[in-house]
Amino acid sequence: MASQAKTGGTGRFSQDERRRDSDHVSFLKHKGFRWLWIALAISGASIAGYLLIDQEPRPNGGTWYGYTLGTIGFGLILWLSLLGVRKRRINPGAWSLKAWTSAHVYLGLALAVVGTLHTGFQIGWNVHTLAYVLMLLVIITGIYGVIVYATLPASLSANRKEMTRAQMLDALTAIDRQLESAAQPLARAEADLVIAALGQDVFYGGALARLTGSYPGCKTARALRGMGGATEAEARVTALLEKRREQLAQIRGALRIRALLEIWLFIHIPLTIALIAALTAHVISVFYYW
Amino acid sequence: MGDIFKVAIIGSGPAGLSAAARAAALGLSHVLLEKTDHLSDTIYKYQKGKHVMATPSNLVLRSDIDFEAGKRETILGIWDEQIGGHKVNVKYHAEAKAIRGTGEAIAGSVQQIVTRARDGTKNVTELQRHAPPYAIELTSGEVVMAENVVLAIGTQGNPNLMRCPGADLPHVQYQLDDPTEYVDEHIVIVGTGDAGIENARGLAEDPAQRNTVSILNRGTEFPTAKAANVSALMADHEAGKLTVRNESETKSIEPGWITLTTRDGEIRIPCDRIIARIGSAPPRAFVEGCGIAFTSEDRGAFPRLSPVFESTAPGIFVIGALAGYPLIKHCMNQGHDVIEFINGNTALKPADEPIIAAKFAKLPGNRSTAEWLEFLRANVSILNGMNPLQMREFMLDSEAKFYAPGEVIFERNAPGSSLFGIASGSVAVEVNPADPSITIPIEAGSIFGEVGLISGRRRGATIRAAEETIVVEISRLAALKLQSQVPSAKAAIQRISIERQLLQMFGSGLTREDVAPLVEAARVEEKRAGEVVVTEGADDKDIFIIRRGSMIVEKQVGEKLVFLSYLPAGSYFGEMAVIDGSARTATVKAAIKSEVIRLPGEGFLALLDKRPALRERAMKDMAGRRATNAFIESRKDEFSGAVDLYSQTAQFLVDNGIGEATDVLLIDEKLCIGCDNCEKACADSHDGLSRLDREAGKTYAHLHVPTSCRHCEHPHCMADCPPNAIKRGPDGEVFIDETCIGCGNCQRNCPYGVIRMDAKPPKKPSLLQWMLFGKGPGPGEASYSWRKKAAEKEGPPKAKQAIKCDMCSGIDGGPACVRACPTGAAIRVSPDKFLTFAKLTEDIE
Repeated sequence: MASQAKTGGTGRFSQDERRRDSDHVSFLKHKGFRWLWIALAISGASIAGYLLIDQEPRPNGGTWYGYTLGTIGFGLILWLSLLGVRKRRINPGAWSLKAWTSAHVYLGLALAVVGTLHTGFQIGWNVHTLAYVLMLLVIITGIYGVIVYATLPASLSANRKEMTRAQMLDALTAIDRQLESAAQPLARAEADLVIAALGQDVFYGGALARLTGSYPGCKTARALRGMGGATEAEARVTALLEKRREQLAQIRGALRIRALLEIWLFIHIPLTIALIAALTAHVISVFYYW
Repeated sequence: MGDIFKVAIIGSGPAGLSAAARAAALGLSHVLLEKTDHLSDTIYKYQKGKHVMATPSNLVLRSDIDFEAGKRETILGIWDEQIGGHKVNVKYHAEAKAIRGTGEAIAGSVQQIVTRARDGTKNVTELQRHAPPYAIELTSGEVVMAENVVLAIGTQGNPNLMRCPGADLPHVQYQLDDPTEYVDEHIVIVGTGDAGIENARGLAEDPAQRNTVSILNRGTEFPTAKAANVSALMADHEAGKLTVRNESETKSIEPGWITLTTRDGEIRIPCDRIIARIGSAPPRAFVEGCGIAFTSEDRGAFPRLSPVFESTAPGIFVIGALAGYPLIKHCMNQGHDVIEFINGNTALKPADEPIIAAKFAKLPGNRSTAEWLEFLRANVSILNGMNPLQMREFMLDSEAKFYAPGEVIFERNAPGSSLFGIASGSVAVEVNPADPSITIPIEAGSIFGEVGLISGRRRGATIRAAEETIVVEISRLAALKLQSQVPSAKAAIQRISIERQLLQMFGSGLTREDVAPLVEAARVEEKRAGEVVVTEGADDKDIFIIRRGSMIVEKQVGEKLVFLSYLPAGSYFGEMAVIDGSARTATVKAAIKSEVIRLPGEGFLALLDKRPALRERAMKDMAGRRATNAFIESRKDEFSGAVDLYSQTAQFLVDNGIGEATDVLLIDEKLCIGCDNCEKACADSHDGLSRLDREAGKTYAHLHVPTSCRHCEHPHCMADCPPNAIKRGPDGEVFIDETCIGCGNCQRNCPYGVIRMDAKPPKKPSLLQWMLFGKGPGPGEASYSWRKKAAEKEGPPKAKQAIKCDMCSGIDGGPACVRACPTGAAIRVSPDKFLTFAKLTEDIE
């Protein structure tokens, strides 16, 4: 105890206290928009340079200023792509992923300015323009990402209603068990509807259904439409099918929001890899033909 | 009147038996007096088939009769046989009524016997001691003569009684002979010592008896029970055989029912039988009548003894439970040793000598172990009430330390829950963190560190040795034991802690004399969670200090109850009504089970009158609080939505255990994208297993409390860890060290379900290997099947151990869960900083 007391908690303690004291802000607002200001400064300086520096014969990636912008852009692209590694490598180092995300977002936006100025607005059917277009696509998908990250989490949380994904599936299983016994007294046609509903995969429907949340082939919905309310058994089954439909809606809602939160990554990341490949070709060809 | 024996041993429990066996082996003339017709009545009366334990396990047994852990019947059988084999002279049906010296009056040896009547008046009688030989008068009228008397009568004959209304009803009993006797009953056991636990387990053992058994524990820990008993009890509780009701006390008893005060309020449960096992006290009148003085006037005090067990009556020796030592092994060792001493072997050292000697080895001064123990006992006031035997036991869980002048004993904000007693020298408390030269001295004999012990919060000030100082550092467990065994120590700790809290409350400038009347009038009160301490609109005039736990302040605004603020331990409240004489402006209630110090308002006013500086300070504090209240009330009219949100969010967090947390992970679900990077980072920072479950847990207004450790002020998990593997680390984190035996007690005790039991999985292939070649399961916790397969390849399965959050202790940058959140949704907060209006209504987007 005393040895602990002697070393005291003062080093880590003050660090912890800073953490507990710090404001609770999102990656966009991180440190009073620090990276937004830095990105604006980079963009502003690039534009000012573009307008003020007399580039001969005309603004082009091949002038000294063009090379400068190109080098900055190239460095930014490589650094921005490292977020994928950073995210998966927590230790060692006292860094924060929130700060990295913040920088990634704002510097990525600044890249659009730097990259565009680097082209000197010379667009053609070549590997150089390919790299530029890929870069813009990556940035556009990234903007989509920022928008969904800022807007969708609240609805994800609201849809969850304190249930974990496993609990949602468990709840469905419990309803299914009740349905199975409740459906015993039903007539053949109605029983078949229930069997079909129970037999359908919870995750049925392709990517489109997942993203739109529209499941026209849902057999639970069909069973509900076909279920009369004449007998007591039918009424019970109808009530259970309604419960099942609601539970499915929650699961599908969660799938939809998560799909919307993730879909862009399936474009953003492969395009980044393609971008780096095109960029390499662009840089090599430029130096080769110099 | 027959011959004069060299030694008469009264009581044939483990201590008496061992003594008699030693006397027989040495060939001393002896007699063993037993009041019943069989040996060792206390163990004889144990439940049938009870497993008798042999703790402490590291202690060597030194006796002529054997003892090892086993069934009651086996042990009694062995003893009967061996006592017969040693040809011990046993006299059954011999109950001693009085012992008096028959020699000359011993000059100057007069004992004061204080008897206290129920109305509080004292009556002092004086007893002149006479020299040996002693005449032991038996209830049969017979007299036994002996030069020496060994008193080994234990305390079981004199159980502590319940005191609540209804305690005198016939279904309240203090003994359970045969648990199989009772069927179909609702039985409540009071007391969680070994006896209570064993009774409860015995009654619930056979489901065919259909008993509904509950056992009441005043706190959440079991300081007086053996660890193995506690684990077994918790296992039974887990299995649903019986119910352990923590933080519960009896309020009243009626036929068929019992009313309990619990953490969550009062409850009334059916109850056909109450078995109270709340300890026993020495039969004081008889012992004092023998000329044996006690260490204090407390009911629970023990006889004053020399290191060779001799009492204040020369030639009368006291050993075993009556001497303050209830464990069988110690009793038997003492029985052996006391006969050796009587036989003139003064060089004999007690069996635990080497363990204790090692603790004093590094101290300057060259004293013997016995001298050191006496030095600590005599100089540290809270230890005064103990005898040398208890000191030995106490020392096993404590450390003695020497500090050079200026050396730091502990630092401000370091965590720590041990208590220090100053045996010599003095220490200086740095009361002002900004200026270390301002110090307050604490003199020899006193204690420090009591705030950490009681409140569970960090050390409030840096303390250095002012000169060459010897302190005894009392571990949390030893301090709890000390307080439960020595009531005078408990009272002293309480008094000092109140005094310090008062002195600290308004900064320096106050003296002990200033606050003395307040300390005198202060009362400590326990409050269960949700209990109202101060009611808005009432006109009572007391001031409260939170000693342990925390409080929330609420105010009725219009129709709604609005949360005003959170008060951690160490804060005070109720001063407004006292200072300006108004009615209470807000309601204060306990957030969790808490303890408050109640101070009378007049006493406080008198102090303010005496000290104008204090009045100024109090007025300033009060103005600050007024401003907060006014701010929230004004907001109420303009933005009632924000105030409602704040109020309800705060209440939600308190309901989810944030009130007792020191550092807790929260997730803002307006930002959480569900990527589970927090869990992955956690697993990658800690042997591949995640210590948090992001999705599980409650959510209110998008603020989510995941299943993750709160690092409680008084950790529930620590309550019952057999190897004592759960500790508070240097940064305040509650962690489990590698000595974990995987018993699962902590997992069961944690009310928040944050501890998991799992084996450490094998190492994963590196991130690069995964990224480039797809080797291994990738970042985060590997699936169960991967872990299982990889572990099988590695060899025999590893044992499961308890794992929980350690706040990324030792990892640069702090908690990985927070650092790895890409959007800033994961935050770790402490309640005193987070439960404020500004934080809870912060615009995070």
